Amino acid sequence: MVAETQKNLEKVFEKQRKFCKVNEIVEKYKYQKQNLIAILQEVQGEYRYLPEEIMTYIATIMSISPASVYGVATFYSQFSLDPKGKYEVKVCDGTACHVRGSMPVYKAIKEKLKLKDGKFTTEDLQFSVETVRCLGACALAPVVVINNKVYSKVTPEAVKIILDKLLERSGEGDKAND
Amino acid sequence: MNANIMENKIEQKLIVDGKEVSFSNEKNLLEVIRKAGIEVPTFCYRPDLSTYGACRMCVVEIEGMGIQTSCTVKPQAGMKVQVNTEKTRKIRKMTVELLLASHNRDCTICAKSENCDLQDLAKKLGVRDVRFPSKEKHLPIDDKNPSIVRDPSKCILCGACVRACKEIQGTGCLSFVNRGSEATVMPAYGKGLDEVDCTYCGQCTAVCPTGALRIKSDIDRVWEQILDPKKKVVVQIAPAVRIAAGETFGLPYGENTLGLITAALRKIGFDSIFDTCFTADLTIMEEASEFIERFKKGENLPLFTSCCPAWVRFLEQRYPSFLKNLSTCKSPQQMFGSVAKKVLIEEFNLNKPADQQIKKEDIVIVSIMPCTAKKAECNKEEFKTDDTKDVDFVLTTQEMIRMINEAGVDFKHIEPEHLDSPFGIFSGAGVIFGSSGGVAEAALRTAYETITGRKIEKVAITEARGLHTVKELSIKIDEHEVKVAIVNTLSEASALLERIKNGEAHYHMVEVMACPGGCLGGAGQPPSYKDREIKERRMKGLYDADVHNPIHKSHDNPEIIRLYQKWLEKPNSHIAHELLHTHYKNRKRIFGEIINLSSVEKGAKVTDVQVCVGTNCYAKGSYGIIEALTKLIKENNLENNVNIRATFCMEHCSEGPSVVIDGELILKATLDKIEGVFKDKILSKYQK
Ligand code: SF4
Ligand code: SF4
Ligand code: FES
Ligand code: FES
Repeated sequence: MVAETQKNLEKVFEKQRKFCKVNEIVEKYKYQKQNLIAILQEVQGEYRYLPEEIMTYIATIMSISPASVYGVATFYSQFSLDPKGKYEVKVCDGTACHVRGSMPVYKAIKEKLKLKDGKFTTEDLQFSVETVRCLGACALAPVVVINNKVYSKVTPEAVKIILDKLLERSGEGDKAND
Repeated sequence: MNANIMENKIEQKLIVDGKEVSFSNEKNLLEVIRKAGIEVPTFCYRPDLSTYGACRMCVVEIEGMGIQTSCTVKPQAGMKVQVNTEKTRKIRKMTVELLLASHNRDCTICAKSENCDLQDLAKKLGVRDVRFPSKEKHLPIDDKNPSIVRDPSKCILCGACVRACKEIQGTGCLSFVNRGSEATVMPAYGKGLDEVDCTYCGQCTAVCPTGALRIKSDIDRVWEQILDPKKKVVVQIAPAVRIAAGETFGLPYGENTLGLITAALRKIGFDSIFDTCFTADLTIMEEASEFIERFKKGENLPLFTSCCPAWVRFLEQRYPSFLKNLSTCKSPQQMFGSVAKKVLIEEFNLNKPADQQIKKEDIVIVSIMPCTAKKAECNKEEFKTDDTKDVDFVLTTQEMIRMINEAGVDFKHIEPEHLDSPFGIFSGAGVIFGSSGGVAEAALRTAYETITGRKIEKVAITEARGLHTVKELSIKIDEHEVKVAIVNTLSEASALLERIKNGEAHYHMVEVMACPGGCLGGAGQPPSYKDREIKERRMKGLYDADVHNPIHKSHDNPEIIRLYQKWLEKPNSHIAHELLHTHYKNRKRIFGEIINLSSVEKGAKVTDVQVCVGTNCYAKGSYGIIEALTKLIKENNLENNVNIRATFCMEHCSEGPSVVIDGELILKATLDKIEGVFKDKILSKYQK
């Protein structure tokens, strides 16, 4: 095989490998339309969100239209159409946290990660940021949760330091992978 | 089954507004009430689609059951129903007011104005005031699709379009997205209607009660051409237009108004008025000869008709593996365009002094079509010659009617006029193109006489007629049995393709039209979904036109004979091919191009091997197969004889991995199987 085509083929296969898990899931549910919600749940479990190409793929192998899959995915709030970052940052905006300044913290995070308005995930897919309703840790307000680790009484300055640490680590991780 | 048993005709009675009404098998109370001649307003109910029951316009009061939506209630004997009570009127009025509160109310300039159910019912219910605060959302207009404009600010979420696209066409381009106050109807991922598998059929616009989905208008651009004195504007009228245009002016359904249309178009200022039926005859000449050739060779059968652009688009996008079955004939509209721009212009200029000659750039071809997909068709790259379109503009029947009104022509009372020549002479076979079954019938008439050299005994092939979505027939031509299937609606076409693919159905010819009933039910026509009778009458109008025409077969049309003698030699000649035939493209969206894996020298005698690397086949081991095949090829020094390629999805996913070796499709391929076939088909060929 010519080196060039070999490379092209590799690219194709890399993508297909990604779809393999989806195949298994859809196969498990016997391609049945009434199982679409369960299928989407499992696929989301695998990818943390529902990427467009995967929804289209599911639609194609199940012989339904992409629009119907998209309709279901947008109807239920449990589905996320945006990618989640490696670090999922949740800023509590319950009443207690709000009063004690969760919004400045939220702003500081978005600034630090250079997230424009309307964007919730960094381009390198390292971080995603969202606000959530009361996490039940009001005594510790304001609270930020990053991948299930709870940070209490966070200030805009403190959160920057926390993120700096994580950024360093994720940078190293990338290098290690190279 | 006996029709009577099937329909279960047991007459029962219920009472509507104090009047006794009988019913038998109506699918809901609404139908029963309408049958009794009492009007019930609806937004979401469309008789040919599934029932959604969401708009609450069809509410009635039923004794003992209170307020009910009549479209979702089964009629029962003895029911006492009241349609117009204070309560039901209030509900309807409130519903309309609520809808208007979130509706973009630029009605005066809306293209659906006067054809809009919302406007109509607001008027009828006497809504003079909207008591709710405006919640109008300014969502962007989606107008990149060549045929259809989507304006979500006018959507009332009735879901009719969602159901039409899914149930009639099986395309499912539109869906409800989000929920609650955020709910919107749109294509997948918020894309534009130009970026999804839309076939441009327009059925969604036909059922939309408001201006939220409407036909893209070309009226202004056509006026520009007409008012430009330099331009010679030539217009062609499609078969189905003549039996639908009159309705809007209060003439009976199905009345043939070709003479009136011709007169009106001349008044408007078109320079030459011709008939697409003429090039429908031409299409038959080419298609019948193409069919005969394929039939004799047993190649690429069944032959699929190619005059419906929505169907062609559907195949290109969904079933590219069937493209070889599609007739290569251009549609009558496009044949008209290419013949007009080549032949007609020369005939116009014949014996004219140089200063009166028409230049190629000054001739403008406009078509009047029952169809929205024709707008997209005329923009296809394949239908351009030297960068200019063969057909410049397409107006739907509805747009033509609007132009007639804009020009102040009193359609009903003008004197009918004759078409121009030479493209104004046509056979009855050309006219019935406007009906589902018409193309097949016309083609069979010509194929029969060409093959046998005898006159066909019965010109009317009645098995091909009628509004059913699937029709089958077989006709004996000499010792051959020719089997034909005729379908309308693309969801029915998909079902047929699946059956053909699975080897459950065998035909020689398949006619497909995307719109219900064929072009006569096209989305460019005045709306016909409310009453089945409208389509029936239009269909009758077309077949009557055939009866009244002295010529019934395309090959008997003297102008067609002359055209071949003077310009085109004979069907399928070189020049005919150049002007009248086309090719198709795989437009499947999610699968990529074929990848060549070997570097065979040009000109070498090669055997073709394709391995599917689509997801399914990949998952089931196609990579291993490629490796094994590459190894086999190398070991046997066949690098220059075997061309191995990776392709994407051969549409046999459930039986993957799929491999094609020298034309033979191998499903559920295993290494052993492949090695076996490789030995049989390839080694034996080259190792001598
Ligand atoms: S034009 Fe036809 S295919 Fe396209 S969205 Fe409308 S109904 Fe669907
Ligand atoms: S676009 Fe038209 S047909 Fe579709 S849901 Fe909206 S109002 Fe109904
Ligand atoms: S027509 Fe019955 S609910 Fe819409
Ligand atoms: S993935 Fe190979 S046939 Fe579909």
